[in-house]
Amino acid sequence: MATARRPTKKATPAWAFRPQGDRCLSLDFGDKISVETGLQCLAAATALRDAQLPGVTDVVPSYTAVAVHFLPDTLSDDKVGAFDALCARIGEILGAGLPEAAASSREVDIPVCYGGRHGPDLADVARAAGLTEDEVIALHQAPGSMVFTLGFAPGLPYIGVHDAALNLPRRAVPRTAVAQGSVAIANRQTTIYPNVLPGGWHIIGATPLVMFDATRAQPALLMPGDRVRFVPISDQDFDRIALEQGRKP
Amino acid sequence: MTLQVVRPGMLSTFQDLGRVGLQHLGVPVAGAMDERAHRLANLLVGNPQELATIEVTMTGPTLRAESPCCFVITGANLSPTINGHPIPLNRPLIMRAGDEIAFGERRHGTRCYIAVHGGFALEPVLGSNSTYLRSAIGPWHGRALRRGDELGLLRTFEPGRNNRAITALAMALSDIEIYLPGPVALAARRRVRVIKSAQWREFTPESCVAFLTESFRISPDSERMGYRLQGPELSMTHPRQMLSEATTFGTIQVPSGGQPIVLMADRQTTGGYPKLAYVASIDLPLLAQLGPGDSVQFEAISLEQAQTLDVRRVRAFADLAVALAPIKTLLTNH
Repeated sequence: MATARRPTKKATPAWAFRPQGDRCLSLDFGDKISVETGLQCLAAATALRDAQLPGVTDVVPSYTAVAVHFLPDTLSDDKVGAFDALCARIGEILGAGLPEAAASSREVDIPVCYGGRHGPDLADVARAAGLTEDEVIALHQAPGSMVFTLGFAPGLPYIGVHDAALNLPRRAVPRTAVAQGSVAIANRQTTIYPNVLPGGWHIIGATPLVMFDATRAQPALLMPGDRVRFVPISDQDFDRIALEQGRKP
Repeated sequence: MTLQVVRPGMLSTFQDLGRVGLQHLGVPVAGAMDERAHRLANLLVGNPQELATIEVTMTGPTLRAESPCCFVITGANLSPTINGHPIPLNRPLIMRAGDEIAFGERRHGTRCYIAVHGGFALEPVLGSNSTYLRSAIGPWHGRALRRGDELGLLRTFEPGRNNRAITALAMALSDIEIYLPGPVALAARRRVRVIKSAQWREFTPESCVAFLTESFRISPDSERMGYRLQGPELSMTHPRQMLSEATTFGTIQVPSGGQPIVLMADRQTTGGYPKLAYVASIDLPLLAQLGPGDSVQFEAISLEQAQTLDVRRVRAFADLAVALAPIKTLLTNH
């Protein structure tokens, strides 16, 4: 039997264009969260940002889409509307396929103090998942976590995809105030609250790092595509690092 | 060289055209709610359209000049006065040292914009002079104006030994005729125009009809982040979970309760609720001038129509900048 070989014909684009109002368009890469799709979105976003298209103000990757915010007057002329003009330009830049879809070379360690006063939901999570607290922590630290997107608040990352055992829905009643640095999970993902915010995820720990600081050259600690390693630390380490970071107690 | 904040008003913040380019880091754009009035204010005092203005909400501040300067008020009519005498909107005027501008009754609209010739002395944060209160990001310590603040001005006029030169400037300014072309003026429309979303057909036919025919009331907790609308309950035929993705100024999303929310200037950069439609950019200023308790109706237009209208307004502003060159020349040379 002959080995099946994929014919080398011109591939159809991996995305579909979708207008989001009159100043934004989205490239849709699918409708399921996966590392592969996430990497496609990141690769496309990087290529589009690097292209520095006139009239494009923001390129925002999410789990399965890349949004391109633009100013219509820079892109359109009397014959071609901005949406069509931008789709054509994006098509040229990305070609029929995509540039190498690889995670960023950055690997960032995030120290986390699990449980106790920093992780009030760890026991509940363990019970709901049918695991011990240590097993939850071990699964949470498993390699392969990546930042898919940032949103909700400046510097707030969405990190995934965790083991299926950590697939818990959000809390039925969200908290009105979650502490700064809280590391929380839901739906096989982790988020870290950069400052005090309302939130409905399960808080399993906290990091002493400052996730966002407008005065830093790189204001957001984590960027889309970063690979993340959660490193367990003690309560004392937490306080020491928080102090070093200049965080208010 | 300063404007003194005698009273801050309900919510007065510095805003410009927004903090763009950082949405992928979760940084909201913020910026003027009524971009039209913001741009107009700058042009009327001979500034580039992107300089920061003071966005005033519902109740205006009282500001006292320490040196003569040129200012203008655009947008909502909150009965502005100078030393107690009513003053018009959309007219560049001169404040002399000791003059006070203040506001009174809210006649129409929700937000007005104060621009000064030459702009305010501000330190941009992350490339913008827009204020995002939730994260305290912005030029003025990331906060709203307070009593006792002294706002630095980059350009004031020498008072001179007598006020003759200032009087001559004021006279010359009042002699300049100002015509606002149609796309720049705020049309008194009954209906806010929207573009249907890709998920439009996933909503029940009844919801779609209700959205385009019935009235919605803007709820009391509506503010710069979003307007909550109260009206007929809207629902999807087969409700489903959406993945979080980028949002825009004007996105109309429908949480499971069925009451839509229009995302405004301080919107979060991403959101995961189903999207019914998007407010056409041309009518965002109209919506920004509505406030809690006002009612609003919607009308669908095509994406092409929306873009044509948007581009027409941007170009009208470029033309207006040329038409208003005499103001700029007069002020710059004084």
